[in-house]
Amino acid sequence: MSADLSAPVLSGAVLLRANPLSKLFAAGIVTVAVMLSIDWVSAAVVLSGELLLMPLLGISARRLLLRIWPLVAAAAVGGYGTALLAEKTGRVLLDAGPFLFTEGSVGAGIAVALRGLAVALPGIFLLISTDPTDLADALGQKLRLPHRFVLSALAAMRLAGLLLDQWRMLGLARHARGAGPDGSPIARVRDFLGQSFGLLVQAIRRATRLAVAMEARGFGAGPRTWARESTFSAVDLWVAAAGAALAAAAVAAAVAAGTWNLLLT
Amino acid sequence: MTAGSTRPVAATAEGWGWRHAGRPGFAVRGVDLRIEPGERVLLLGASGSGKSTLLSALAGVLGDAEEGEQEGRILLDGDPPAARRGRAGLVLQDPDSQIVLARVGDEVAFGAENLSVPPPEIWRRVRESLDDVGLDVPLDRSTSELSGGQKQRLALAAVLAMRPGLLLLDEPTANLDPQGVTEVRDAVVRTLDRTNATLVVVEHRVAVWADVVDRVVVLGAGGGILADGPPAAVLGDPATRSVLAAAGVWIPGWPPPLAEAPGSRTPGAELLAARGLSAARTRRGPAVLEGVELSLPEGSALSIVGANGSGKSTLALTLAGLLRARAGTVTAADTLARGAGTDPARWKSAQLVQRIGSVFQDPEHQFLTGTVAQELEFGPRSARIPAAEYGPRIEALAERLRLTHLLRANPFTLSGGEKRRLSVATVLATRPAVLVLDEPTFGQDAGTWAELVGLLRGLVAEGRSVVSVTHDDDFSRALGGGILEVRAGSARLMAAA
Repeated sequence: MSADLSAPVLSGAVLLRANPLSKLFAAGIVTVAVMLSIDWVSAAVVLSGELLLMPLLGISARRLLLRIWPLVAAAAVGGYGTALLAEKTGRVLLDAGPFLFTEGSVGAGIAVALRGLAVALPGIFLLISTDPTDLADALGQKLRLPHRFVLSALAAMRLAGLLLDQWRMLGLARHARGAGPDGSPIARVRDFLGQSFGLLVQAIRRATRLAVAMEARGFGAGPRTWARESTFSAVDLWVAAAGAALAAAAVAAAVAAGTWNLLLT
Repeated sequence: MTAGSTRPVAATAEGWGWRHAGRPGFAVRGVDLRIEPGERVLLLGASGSGKSTLLSALAGVLGDAEEGEQEGRILLDGDPPAARRGRAGLVLQDPDSQIVLARVGDEVAFGAENLSVPPPEIWRRVRESLDDVGLDVPLDRSTSELSGGQKQRLALAAVLAMRPGLLLLDEPTANLDPQGVTEVRDAVVRTLDRTNATLVVVEHRVAVWADVVDRVVVLGAGGGILADGPPAAVLGDPATRSVLAAAGVWIPGWPPPLAEAPGSRTPGAELLAARGLSAARTRRGPAVLEGVELSLPEGSALSIVGANGSGKSTLALTLAGLLRARAGTVTAADTLARGAGTDPARWKSAQLVQRIGSVFQDPEHQFLTGTVAQELEFGPRSARIPAAEYGPRIEALAERLRLTHLLRANPFTLSGGEKRRLSVATVLATRPAVLVLDEPTFGQDAGTWAELVGLLRGLVAEGRSVVSVTHDDDFSRALGGGILEVRAGSARLMAAA
């Protein structure tokens, strides 16, 4: 099975119908709001908002978790590390030799873990609810980015999705030639590097051939039209407004609770 | 005016030549040619006579002074091709390296978008082009899910949506199974009949196109044009025929000369056996084949045949010890295993290369080093065979497969035929008793074809077992031995000649 990165994951969901630019805006403003302050209130508000909006994605919690579990694990590890090492203020919760947790340090750990998740999720939502072709259309038509750049990136993305298949094939071919990963860890690392280099060589050759094929089809010659018109609809207004509202709610809640802790000051 | 009709292009070459940057000699030189609007031309010539270079020049994608030096000129309707972008449409050999976008409809629309065609007109052209090539799939079907023949028809449709007056096809059917070849050829004919576009097609296998074209042009190996005229006249002329045959062109009714078939032999002891074997591409993916029973004795040949996607390659990879059996067993006899254990899938790489050799469909997948010489030494060295032993062996192999003059060259810069010969030579360098080849004759000219058949027959006569996945009936027949047909998830032994 090839993992085609440029094929959309979902169909029929509300967010899939929204223009990629409105999703980009919403994800951007929410991310900025969380990034601005290290506190658990703003992060918790954003994270709950994101979880409430999840049904709009049309993806089940289980499937979502399967995709993002490394992020959840990373957030948990980050939170634990912070709780262990942060300044020990407030009541002692656990004291077991080197493992000393206090109210202050655990609070900081929770804030870091929540914030990590809250920052990562908008990007994830954007990625799984957006068809890259639609994004390229929007960037080229609405933002007027140079079409050479946008479409080259789109074509490259499709090739990137085919690399997994090529990697597997290269592994078999190398084993068949006697270059398989036998023996010591050093030999394995060398083999991995060799296979990576082989993949790089093939990717470049493939990209060169594709560039010729694109040129032969008139790519980059001058002005172009777009077969798929990128449009905004009422859904986009809602998506952008929801993003802005969530960001504002997070900041307001944190300021009201007195936990607002601006990063830049 | 009917939708989609287009003004055919006249193409001329005047004393034209091209030298790739960094190469001392011209790839092609002294070409004088006038192709009238609406003509259908088959372009022939030896490997390296510059057929593809000429096509690229006609398509206007040969590049500028940085990429090479041009002499003379090429004109489409009196203008340089670069000034006539979109008038010529090019379809290449490899279906995978010319698809740009993820969905079928977008892919066909891409060229028309680049020519600034208004969107409503684009979608009309998309439907019309897909109709022309007979590709009846939804517009949002993923381009990665198409078969090889479908991908080539998609590439053709993508070019047709630009309404080219000149259709340029560079071995468009070389990588396809027989059904795919017919699909693509028929789609081209249907399109030409409707649009009247001019056609220039490059192809080794003349039979595919001989009835379709009205002119055959043969490029000389040393430059210039060797023959030019109606198919019957050019292909019927004994002098031209022998030159073409020597250049590796497949001429109908003129099979490549083969050394005499080795006398009948009795297959010896069993080397490798499959019992109740299920094969799967990935560890968790579905099994593509089940219940395969097979025995590969010494001195035997076996062809695995069947439609694209039926699991032939997966079966071959499993027999070759590269994929684990999903169920059932692949068992190596003691004469093959020589102490390495009975399951080839558990052998280390260094053990595998001395017992079972695999030749992949795309030779480039197997190249690991920077020169042909290193490539030949690689297997023996990783198997720790002493240089004194492998030195003379690979010298003889290079001689036998005409690679001696290329020992210093980079494998990736070789021609298609040279790459194939090298990929076979690298595998033979470690003397495996079982050889597994995946489509060894795809895209090969008649010369390389005959050489491969001769070499493999020799290996069988020596007592080795040769397994080939192939669509090429001539090849299976020439090699003899059993034919295993793979169909609908199971495999059936058809014949043992």
